[in-house]
Amino acid sequence: MNDTSRGARQRLLALSTRERIEACWTALDAVPAHRCVRGPETGMAMLKGRTGGTGNAFHLGEMTLTRASVALDDGTLGHGWVRGRDHRHAELIALADAVAQHAEWQQKLETHVLAPLAEELAERQRRDAATAAATRVDFFTLVRGE
Amino acid sequence: MYVAVKGGEQAIANAHRWLADRRRGDRDRPELEVAQVGDQLRLAVDRVMSEASLYDPELAALAFKQASGDLTEAVFLLRAYRTTLPRLAVSEPLDTASMRIERRISATYKDIPGGQILGPTYDYTHRLLDFLQLAGAEVPAAEIREEVTEAEACPQILELLNDEGLVEQEIDDGSEPADITRDPPDYPMDRAARLQMLARGDEGYLLALGYSTQRGYGRNHPFAGEIRLGQVEVEIHVDEWDETICVGEIALSECQMINQFGGSREAAPQFTRGYGLAFGHNERKTMAMALVDRALRAEELGEPIIGPAQQAEFVLAHADSVDASGFVSHLKLPHYVDFQSELDLLRRLRREHAARQAELDGTRDTASPQQEER
Repeated sequence: MNDTSRGARQRLLALSTRERIEACWTALDAVPAHRCVRGPETGMAMLKGRTGGTGNAFHLGEMTLTRASVALDDGTLGHGWVRGRDHRHAELIALADAVAQHAEWQQKLETHVLAPLAEELAERQRRDAATAAATRVDFFTLVRGE
Repeated sequence: MYVAVKGGEQAIANAHRWLADRRRGDRDRPELEVAQVGDQLRLAVDRVMSEASLYDPELAALAFKQASGDLTEAVFLLRAYRTTLPRLAVSEPLDTASMRIERRISATYKDIPGGQILGPTYDYTHRLLDFLQLAGAEVPAAEIREEVTEAEACPQILELLNDEGLVEQEIDDGSEPADITRDPPDYPMDRAARLQMLARGDEGYLLALGYSTQRGYGRNHPFAGEIRLGQVEVEIHVDEWDETICVGEIALSECQMINQFGGSREAAPQFTRGYGLAFGHNERKTMAMALVDRALRAEELGEPIIGPAQQAEFVLAHADSVDASGFVSHLKLPHYVDFQSELDLLRRLRREHAARQAELDGTRDTASPQQEER
């Protein structure tokens, strides 16, 4: 992952499945102990659309959303949010956020979790695009007469 | 006056037990899994999410299974669940222009940047029953164009028309939209509130109303300018970081309808627009929504209001299937006392009618010979 900002990491983990994050996470040994200081809790986000795609906002409807905040033993706080109701998913995102604030963990997290997940996300999106592309219409014109 | 009626507890418990038994069906067959519903009956799931106004595919699949496939009941279940959750955030407006496209077509332009992408559509199928599915035939995987390394940009087609000023532009004036889940709807209603109500409206109802405009009850000559289906990332602003972050993505359907001209002494004629947006793959719903959205703009555009689809209060007050089925269903509740009073009234009216009739017959018997003489 090139962009290692908090937001980019949050996005990547929110777009990855909990199962894959968990699987990558086990590659990290001796993850520091943590406790949940808020949640994980499930609620909703009201989603806005735009009239005509570009105009005034309107309320489209809600979606389930889960958030979690964790604290490491040294007091470092981490936050995570994810669509849906998976508490563990939100907790893992929060934990990654907390862990990433320690220089000694940042690299491990990057190598063992974020990099492989970023690669998987890119490949999944590429396959989706390639599948859609197979249904793209190639127009041809029939020449009549002559 | 309401009189409490008690009883039937055992009958209700047994009725629900029978319902559960029916739902489970033949025990020799494996039980339908919620995950299978989510995976293999996804258009039903999308419709439930859309009309329940809650995006959660797993819960919508559960509701569908629990309702034995009754979509209206499933919508009710999911809508009811919605009321148990707190609101944690309000999203940034979804950016449909950056959708990861699964389907994108235009009926107004053939050659468009990004191309016409059919996606997983029922269009062009022959609508012949596929008996191979009855026989459980293997299904080949979707074709993939392996050489494609990334999705081509698919700009909004109506923005292309904007260059010439031929179509009205939708510009954000920054106004904060009404929220009908917080403030009860009030008429006349602005377009943002109308779109919120239409987005959760019953598809069959909106389809019929949209169709009625095509048949002449408020004609507005529509073209499907663009229809797109795909995944859109959801962003919320979080105070913890004072930043806007992505929390996942959802499937959306969008329809941009282009309709016949509006114009005035000041403004040159241009195409007008109707808009449809819905959760999941809900193409027909978004097309119907766009037709009705446009019809409801009749007053704003100075058009005569001649069709039901143009009457905002009529259209919007009856669009929600939870409201509608609730009020229709309440007729099944005991109305014993209510009905008894109607019976009493009816009997009295009939007695009075009979008495009047007898009186009338009496006078007619004596009066008629004289009338004949005259």
